[in-house]
Amino acid sequence: MGSFINFPPLPSWPWRITWAYLGLVLFLPIGGMALKAANVGASQFWLLATTPEAIATYKVSFGLAFVAALINGLFGLIIAWALVRCEFPGKRLLHALIDLPFALPTAVAGLALSAVYSTNGWIGAPLFALLGVKVSFTWLGVAIAMVFISLPFVVRSVEPVLEALEVDQEEAAWCLGASQRQTLFKIVLPQLSPAILSGVAQGYSRAVGEYGSVVMISSNVPFRDLITPTLIIQKLEEFDFNGATVIGMVMLIFSLFSLIVINGLQVWGRNWEANPSS
Amino acid sequence: MKKFIPIIACLYVGLVIVVPALNVVAGAFTKGLSPFIENFKSEDLQHAIRLTLILTAIAVPANTIFGLAAATAIARRQFRGKALLLSIIDLPFSISPVVVGLMLVLLYSPSHGLFGGVVKALDLKIIFAWPGMAMATILVTFPFMAREVIPLLEEEGWEQEEAARTLGANSWQVFWKVTLPSVRWAALYGLILTTGRALGEFGAVAVVSGNITGLTQTLPLFIEDAYKQYQTELAYGAAMVLGGVAILTLLSKILLEKYISNHKINP
Repeated sequence: MGSFINFPPLPSWPWRITWAYLGLVLFLPIGGMALKAANVGASQFWLLATTPEAIATYKVSFGLAFVAALINGLFGLIIAWALVRCEFPGKRLLHALIDLPFALPTAVAGLALSAVYSTNGWIGAPLFALLGVKVSFTWLGVAIAMVFISLPFVVRSVEPVLEALEVDQEEAAWCLGASQRQTLFKIVLPQLSPAILSGVAQGYSRAVGEYGSVVMISSNVPFRDLITPTLIIQKLEEFDFNGATVIGMVMLIFSLFSLIVINGLQVWGRNWEANPSS
Repeated sequence: MKKFIPIIACLYVGLVIVVPALNVVAGAFTKGLSPFIENFKSEDLQHAIRLTLILTAIAVPANTIFGLAAATAIARRQFRGKALLLSIIDLPFSISPVVVGLMLVLLYSPSHGLFGGVVKALDLKIIFAWPGMAMATILVTFPFMAREVIPLLEEEGWEQEEAARTLGANSWQVFWKVTLPSVRWAALYGLILTTGRALGEFGAVAVVSGNITGLTQTLPLFIEDAYKQYQTELAYGAAMVLGGVAILTLLSKILLEKYISNHKINP
């Protein structure tokens, strides 16, 4: 009876279902692709992973996603600040709207962005008339789509940390004569940095892998605005299975790597909250 | 400076999210309500809607069972590698949907797949057919349920389950009468998120489906196709349907968040 209380009965069936399901649905496909990639051979793998065409897509996907993640790092912080620290009409609506990029199917997002930023769209037309800038069907459009889909991450990771921050510290700094800028950079931002970084990393990882919204706003021309996921699809359509496997493997390795980084950042954030001096 | 923060926040969200969203609504109804309804007489659109619903009807129950099983198995046990297992469950969120589709093609394609021989011998149709598309949908959406339920189960103690057990309930009864009711709102939210994503999944399904109009075309694929063929109104009409689903997801999130926080204060 004593052991019964200390050790809750092992939920053996749920445990088995979990592993069987994970094995069938997740591990099998990942393992299959790794095996296919291993069969390609190291030198051939390197060759296929670094063709000029592939490298051009990495520049678009990884480069523009980075820009998008940075933009959302800044604006995500501002939005989180507005939601936690400010009172203004429409705050609840803003709060709800932040999640729209999560909820909106990517095909709809792609359609909407592509139309709005095209040269006769609501935003694209004035941009084109005034500045001569084309957004849809150029790399700028790709960047906009990436900004759209990675917008919620920083807001959602910073919000709870900002809510938990004690205003006392800021007031203390303030009373001791620190300027607004000093308080922001020496007191507030250091405490938010793990949350900001983890939000930026999540947004980056999502933007790199995004397909649906980007493919609709991009002209999908190699060496111009073709993203890596679209290149994989093109390779498959040309029945170049080895090429597709290798580039897919590059993206999978990136996903695993970014997952580790994001987890590390989150652990750091939790430790930071528990013991800010470390 | 402080005054400007909400203004900047609203302007940014307006430019990036609100204007494009309103554009879809405006685009769907440019010629009024009746052409919008007329769109739905398109047989290809009807077929796409039906296929999307079928895929969702397969993926959601499967993932609900997995999610609840994983949550009850993982949440209340402490073991080495628990954090790792939780990140593994989250993995589909960080893998590009296109790579998910590619992985399935590399397994089940009759010509190049790892199981190609078996698929050929049994004359199964998995790639370019609904079974592969269902697998893709399942793979992309399975983390939602576990993710919503696990934190809640971790927070709540074991006491009620223990009481039920000492009173002679078996595991199944404990699950149905104690565990599930205590996490019902989180589970419902997980269900809604899974459904929303399953209805809207694009990349993974696109790779596996071959995108054959009237055969393996889902609603999101239909939108892309119609837009590319300059059937803009048809595309907007279909987008309106999926957009409506997204709005419903958001609304239920707001409502359920309220329910969950009330439930925590006053269970």
